[in-house]
Amino acid sequence: MRILRRFAIGFLLVVSLSSVAPQIFTPSSYDTQHRRQPNEAPGPTFLLGTDDLGRDRFARLLYGARTSLLLAPAAALLATAIAAIAGVVAASITELQRPLFYAVDVIISTPLLFLLLVVRALLPLDTSAIISVSILFALLGLLGWASGVRLFAAATQRLADSDFTIQAQASGCPPSRLILMQFLPGLIPTMFAQFCVFVPGFVMAEANLSMLGLGVSEPLPSLGNLMSDLLNYSAVLEQPWLLAPAILLFGITGSLHLLVPKVD
Amino acid sequence: MSSSNLILAWILILAAFPAAGQWGGQLRLALRNDPRTFDPLLVDDSAGETIRYLTGGVLVRLNRVTQKLEPELAKIWKISNGGRRLTLDLRENIVFSDGTPFTADDVAFTIRRMMDPSLHSPTGDSFRSSAGSVSVSIPKRNSVVIDFPAPVASLERLLDQVVIQSAKAPQERAVLGPFRIADHRPGQFVELRRNPNYWKKNSNGRRLPYLDSVRLDILGNKDTEMLRFSRGELHIMEGLDADSYDRLRNKQGITALNAGATTDVEMFWFNQAGKAPINAAKRSWFQSRQFRQAVSLAINREDMIRLVYRGYAKQASGPVPSSSVWFNRKLQRTRYNSQQALRLLNSAGFQLRDSRLYDKQGNAVAFSLITNAGNKTRLRLASLIQDDLKKIGIDVNITTLDFPSLLERTGKTLDYDACLLGLVNVDPDPNAQMNVWLSSAVNHQWNPAQKVPATEWEAEIDKLMRVQASAATHQIRKQAFDRVQEIVAQESPFIYLVNRDALGALTPALRNISPASLRPHFYWNIEHLSLNAGEKGTHVAAATVR
Repeated sequence: MRILRRFAIGFLLVVSLSSVAPQIFTPSSYDTQHRRQPNEAPGPTFLLGTDDLGRDRFARLLYGARTSLLLAPAAALLATAIAAIAGVVAASITELQRPLFYAVDVIISTPLLFLLLVVRALLPLDTSAIISVSILFALLGLLGWASGVRLFAAATQRLADSDFTIQAQASGCPPSRLILMQFLPGLIPTMFAQFCVFVPGFVMAEANLSMLGLGVSEPLPSLGNLMSDLLNYSAVLEQPWLLAPAILLFGITGSLHLLVPKVD
Repeated sequence: MSSSNLILAWILILAAFPAAGQWGGQLRLALRNDPRTFDPLLVDDSAGETIRYLTGGVLVRLNRVTQKLEPELAKIWKISNGGRRLTLDLRENIVFSDGTPFTADDVAFTIRRMMDPSLHSPTGDSFRSSAGSVSVSIPKRNSVVIDFPAPVASLERLLDQVVIQSAKAPQERAVLGPFRIADHRPGQFVELRRNPNYWKKNSNGRRLPYLDSVRLDILGNKDTEMLRFSRGELHIMEGLDADSYDRLRNKQGITALNAGATTDVEMFWFNQAGKAPINAAKRSWFQSRQFRQAVSLAINREDMIRLVYRGYAKQASGPVPSSSVWFNRKLQRTRYNSQQALRLLNSAGFQLRDSRLYDKQGNAVAFSLITNAGNKTRLRLASLIQDDLKKIGIDVNITTLDFPSLLERTGKTLDYDACLLGLVNVDPDPNAQMNVWLSSAVNHQWNPAQKVPATEWEAEIDKLMRVQASAATHQIRKQAFDRVQEIVAQESPFIYLVNRDALGALTPALRNISPASLRPHFYWNIEHLSLNAGEKGTHVAAATVR
């Protein structure tokens, strides 16, 4: 298991490096159309071949991974923070627990896709692709926190029932100090675990939206819009290199899951 | 002539003289969704249209290959009184699928029901040229006279969509077409069985159709349809994209067919509406003829055809394809020329500085281009437009929207810059496009629902379209529509891109196929189609109509 975790860390480091500085690995741009070389097979010039418009698939994969890997963790951080705060509040203030859990249930049962469609339809049309995708991930973060609240509430409750909390309360420790100094540090492993669960979830959410054509706008690539080629199964059989974005996403989500610490 | 053209020529010759087919068998097709209704007068979706086509008996049928009208339930028809009166002489000794006789009363019943405002029949809307009621009379047995309050353009062509219903039992789904509805499992399939009383006979005097039944599976996904077709579970696939067509061409046991350029056209337009909530600078660009012409010149349509359609499309020069009799042969194809585009923009006060185009006031030229989400072909076209316009310094921001949001913006709020969409022409006749060209029309996309034409050229188009709609001769209609095409080419309210080819695939076991560029492309002569049960599907043919 330890070897696997080390491998996962190594894999994520390589992917992160290639995503942050893709120009180190490829001289091509993600949007240059080599119109005389469409649908090229992998070769020395184009490592993963070219797409219908002659764009370098390898360059698009690296830049696409950058879009997904920079923004999904940011959204996951936002969602984790909101979920942790809501969980702590629910566990600490008993009067708020019921309405908060009710709100969580409402949010969880709301079809997220339709909310995203509505918000996207309301965005100004001249919003650039980068801002548009940033807003998309921000929305995922703002709307995707609810599933973690009960976990944080339970963890906080466990901390609240522990001996050291009872001792702190008996010593006259005020609730605000208790939360800041005792509960929040105690919740860090849970937050990390939840963060690691959120990241692949948001990458997949963006991928699903992009497969529907509602994710990242052209010409900006993302793992999601690159995977839309997989909808044509017979093309995949003839051009297996089309699977590269799916394999990369599988590797990233698998590695992130391996990093999730055990919560006792 | 290439070998593929020879094969198609052979198919067309065989189809022109339909051979006696093998009797029996079930033809299997796919529908994208469940028909919303089986009432032929209320049909407004493509699945419903397919069922209506296969089951309905009509007075006059448009031959999808020759594009000429052919008598069906009406032996003879005559239009008089300046296009207001339609007189029909009906065939005799025809019975519905339930055995009741077909009479003039059924035609009268159908027309009255169709024109009843409370029914809200989409088919009836085409006949409503003005306010007033339609009168139907039966002067003698097997003869019907229909009087309209105002001339109806191409009256007889509209009859192709009017399915005659039984006046005796309208709810019983008694039909006059080759098939009747036998079973429907929502979300699964619709099964049609042979109408035992169908009036058409083959050369040996035996009642058509050759097929026993048609099963239409509801398959919401094109890829699932392809999978089922590859397994041999479907006999015909229409509307193939270029990738799938090329893939199927090389497969054993499948006949891939190209029925030629369709009347559907891909195009984009700029929002010219005066009341649109866009900034003044953008409005002035979009209302500038030179700007629109320059953008048109800067788009490389040949690359679109080669890269997006793999050659299975033709450059569009106007609202009708060059193969149509309505096409104005004097129109010049727009040839890609970015340098000429820049010269044109310079003459209109635009300047290219540091690879960015600026207008007279110093505003950088940029606009958003919206299109519908989920259409990969259209997204590729948008990417090519974006890249082409970057070369003349214009920044294009592509935004995909779900269809209802897109229609809301283009038809109601008018809050958009430019839109890329396709125009589906069911009928190549100019009258079918009245709802696009009249400045008062809601579908006059670049500036819809105008009370008074905003420009002189739009006023002229209005006048010419009305002239052609009420003209007595084809020549006058053609002259008027030719002029419309010239104005449109000059003013470029629509920037036409391509007419895609009708691509499809079918099992070689099918006989008497006659591919047509009009819908339905491959089974419009369904009563003559037959399945050869002994066929193992060993030959491959790739045929093309050019």
